[in-house]
Amino acid sequence: MSEMGLRRLRRLGVLAAVPLLCTGCGERYFILNPAGPVANVEKNLIVLTFVLTGIVVIPVIALMAFIVTRYRDKPGNTAPYEPEWSESKTLEIIWWGIPILIIAILGTFTVRDTFRLVRPPVASGPPMTIQVTSLDWKWLFQYPGQNIATVNYVRIPAGRPVEFVLTSHAPMNSFWVPQLGGQEYTMPGMAMRLWLQADRPGTYFGSGANFTGRGFAHMRFNVIAMPSADFDRWTQQVKRTAPPLTTAGYKALEQQSVVGQLQYSSFPKGLFEQTIRTDGGMYMKQKMETATD
Amino acid sequence: MPASVTNFATHFFVTGEPMIYGADVAIVLVSLAILFVLTYFKKWKWLWKEWLTTVDHKKIGIMYLIAALLMMFRGGVDALLMRTQLMLPNGRFLQAQHYNEIFTTHGTLMILFMAMPFIFAMFNIVVPLQIGARDVAFPYLNAISFWLFFVAAMLLNLSFVIGGSPDAGWVSYPPLADLPFDRGPGENFYLLSLQITGIGSMATGLNFFVTIMRMRAPGMTLMRMPLFCWAVLSASVLIIVAFPALTAALALLLIDRVAGAHFFTMLAGGNPMMYVNLFWVWGHPEVYIVVLPAFGVFSEVVATFAKKRVFGYASMVASMMVITVISYLVWLHHFFTMGAGPGVNSFFALASMIIAIPTGVKVFNWLMTLFRGRIRLTPPLLWTLGFVPNFAIGGATGVMLAVAPADYQYHNSYFLIAHFHQVLIGGTVYGMIAGMYYWWPKVFGFLLGERLARHAFWWFNIGFYVCFLPQYFLGYMGMTRRIYTYPPGMGWTTWNFISTLGAYMMGIGFILIAANIVQSALHGVRDTTGDPWDGRTLEWSLPSPAPHYNFARIPTVHSRDAWWEMKEARRRGEPVQESTEPLRPIHMPKSSGRPFILSVLFFVFGFGMTFNWYVMAIIGLLGVGICLVLRSFEFDTDFYIPVHEIEETEAAYGRS
Ligand code: HEM
Ligand SMILES: [Cu+2]
Repeated sequence: MSEMGLRRLRRLGVLAAVPLLCTGCGERYFILNPAGPVANVEKNLIVLTFVLTGIVVIPVIALMAFIVTRYRDKPGNTAPYEPEWSESKTLEIIWWGIPILIIAILGTFTVRDTFRLVRPPVASGPPMTIQVTSLDWKWLFQYPGQNIATVNYVRIPAGRPVEFVLTSHAPMNSFWVPQLGGQEYTMPGMAMRLWLQADRPGTYFGSGANFTGRGFAHMRFNVIAMPSADFDRWTQQVKRTAPPLTTAGYKALEQQSVVGQLQYSSFPKGLFEQTIRTDGGMYMKQKMETATD
Repeated sequence: MPASVTNFATHFFVTGEPMIYGADVAIVLVSLAILFVLTYFKKWKWLWKEWLTTVDHKKIGIMYLIAALLMMFRGGVDALLMRTQLMLPNGRFLQAQHYNEIFTTHGTLMILFMAMPFIFAMFNIVVPLQIGARDVAFPYLNAISFWLFFVAAMLLNLSFVIGGSPDAGWVSYPPLADLPFDRGPGENFYLLSLQITGIGSMATGLNFFVTIMRMRAPGMTLMRMPLFCWAVLSASVLIIVAFPALTAALALLLIDRVAGAHFFTMLAGGNPMMYVNLFWVWGHPEVYIVVLPAFGVFSEVVATFAKKRVFGYASMVASMMVITVISYLVWLHHFFTMGAGPGVNSFFALASMIIAIPTGVKVFNWLMTLFRGRIRLTPPLLWTLGFVPNFAIGGATGVMLAVAPADYQYHNSYFLIAHFHQVLIGGTVYGMIAGMYYWWPKVFGFLLGERLARHAFWWFNIGFYVCFLPQYFLGYMGMTRRIYTYPPGMGWTTWNFISTLGAYMMGIGFILIAANIVQSALHGVRDTTGDPWDGRTLEWSLPSPAPHYNFARIPTVHSRDAWWEMKEARRRGEPVQESTEPLRPIHMPKSSGRPFILSVLFFVFGFGMTFNWYVMAIIGLLGVGICLVLRSFEFDTDFYIPVHEIEETEAAYGRS
């Protein structure tokens, strides 16, 4: 299918989805309102699937309604009755063929985008790295470039690709900011990489998505994207005003608890790498090197 | 009382929750009532002789059915509790811990102790009758399967009042389910009850595989077999290949927990992702294990109530085989977001999408079976028609989830919850209820009344959409699964509120089904012909309920829809083969109490392991061993029904 045709198809899909999904407040449907390139690719795929599966779903339901009304066992029903009719090569070819075709189209785009999303999104600025640790039951964000840290919220410069490096120092969780892009697991002893980018300033909802016990429901955080200059001003301010994260402070964060938003002017050097190593990363040498180089 | 005893008691019995005290009281009262009724009506002997020791597939089927309905009730109550908690933001109805225990129990019960026994009920009730056999291949083993399932279900349910329920989700991923994070016995209850029922399921898979391969009536080639039997065959193959993975995963996790090993913790070089892989290597085939039998039911129901041959038989069989094979190659779609790399994710995404093709084909074939038929809207067909749109939508959302990059957004959200409820309820549950209505007269000898059945269907079906469509939207709005509460201001409130109303409607639907059963048991129409629906397959050639030995004479099969063809031949006035042959004594298995005793000993073992009481566990295991040895030296296991007794039974049914 040509790009052009595809775009038209997508627009059609959006139109079809509108009455279904936008009951008043469309913006709340985070997944359909992407604010960055990753979430945008994902949304386009979602719309494409919506249209392609609709090609099968709608006729099936319509066909069923038609058949059930027409072929009822009522006296005087003149519709044809063929109790022995049970084979038709043509029909069978049609409904093996159409789904195969649909899946072939969808499969192609799926594979293309699966590969596309492991690379950093095309961007207007140089990438930056944020290290994310899921704890019981809070999120710790460390900014190795700025040497500051925050808990339960994270600020990023808009328009720059951000490499989130994910780990967990608690049961496995999942880091999800729907308007910026899909989630990825945070796993103890491992570092995973997730590229996200916010195209415009704003506050984006984020949460832990993989169940981790009693306090799990409270593991929400905001991602605040701001213009680069504001971001720099903010980091300076944190450096000036916030207390440092000490080893003892980190030990306290490790304890099972629910806390509000916190910020730190510095963190113990190598804390993130150390956490991964002692949680079992020492058994996974290769992964470590690639993820934190 | 000495302090140690009090201390033990407060940990052993779950305390501090009014709902649990209520359950305590209810359990004691119900148990007392059952004891009283059995004693008062002098039914102990009857219970033992007719039920606890039976190896008759029809009775085992009935027991599975009752157990499945009871578990559906318990799981359904759990669901309503959860929905009540989520009805409004910042709900105060349940505490976090309690909510976690409830959703864990709900998921575990519904899949392993509701869906599984329900399909096994259908296997047992239908398969031997449809293939013209007198029982399954291994009747004694069949009884063991049932009782293992039964004691496992009791073990899991006991956790509600003793020791505490599991709380790590029905998937029970480590490290959350492993030692430092989950010490309580709840998780052990989960592991042991699944392990015990898993042995039973494995045996059932083998049993029905052999039954179908070896015990078909003469002339019934595989390609003349009713499609329900094909479905059971596929499900059995899947059980045989998939359950070992679950057994391994649970066993290793149990060793981690009781012996402090590190298979699934990173700390000593283990890896939790190994558990996740093993779990879903079983878990994905499992969802097809429970849905394929439903497909089988629909195939029988549409043909019967359209009065027409099933359309595209060969293509139906082929699609089931394709599903059987591919469903073993898609498990990773449950954790795309583990980040295994684009190559791996692409492979599993494609495999998952491909599995939707044969599924879609089946839907078209069912519709074409109805096309140019003469449709009678009976309750079984009503549930089948309810299934079609559900499955069309559920299949489509399955494909949406299979698009790996999109799944990064859907995973762990309410979109996923809506998907699998739509296929599991709309597929498995609708299918099993359709099957229950369809074969009910065959099993019990009376029909379920249509009026109440219709009401039940519409409450349940409309309730379903009201409950689960909003959950797709909640997924798009970023609401994740397994949260016990959510804040206002997210826009989630309206949809959650509606969803909860839908859940209540489904609850009403379930109550109406129960009322339907009670009412029909008292006033139902008797099935005197054995063929109330004008059926097509061999089970309808028998009187209802079928005699102990099923077939006085094993029929010879010449085509698909064997009974339909026999009826046609009779209508044409051609001679009917079976009544001309002389009767012969029938070889039957003897009842035995040992499957029951063995399973109780398994329970003892499981209970001991749960609390790390090793003496008790070893006693239980030794008992199991003794039972097995005793069985090996037992030679008097069968008997013959003499011809005059068969004649009397048949005469009582008005047949010769
Ligand atoms: C039509 C083909 C189907 C496809 C392509 C499909 C695809 C998927 C995918 C990709 C997931 C994982 C989503 C995630 O965790 O993010 C999933 C979850 C699930 N599916 Fe399906 N599915 C299909 C049919 C079915 C059927 C027939 C059943 C059962 C009767 C079923 C039951 C489930 C269950 C129980 C889960 C989730 C379990 C959990 O995480 O607790 N699916 N499906
Ligand atoms: Cu799956």
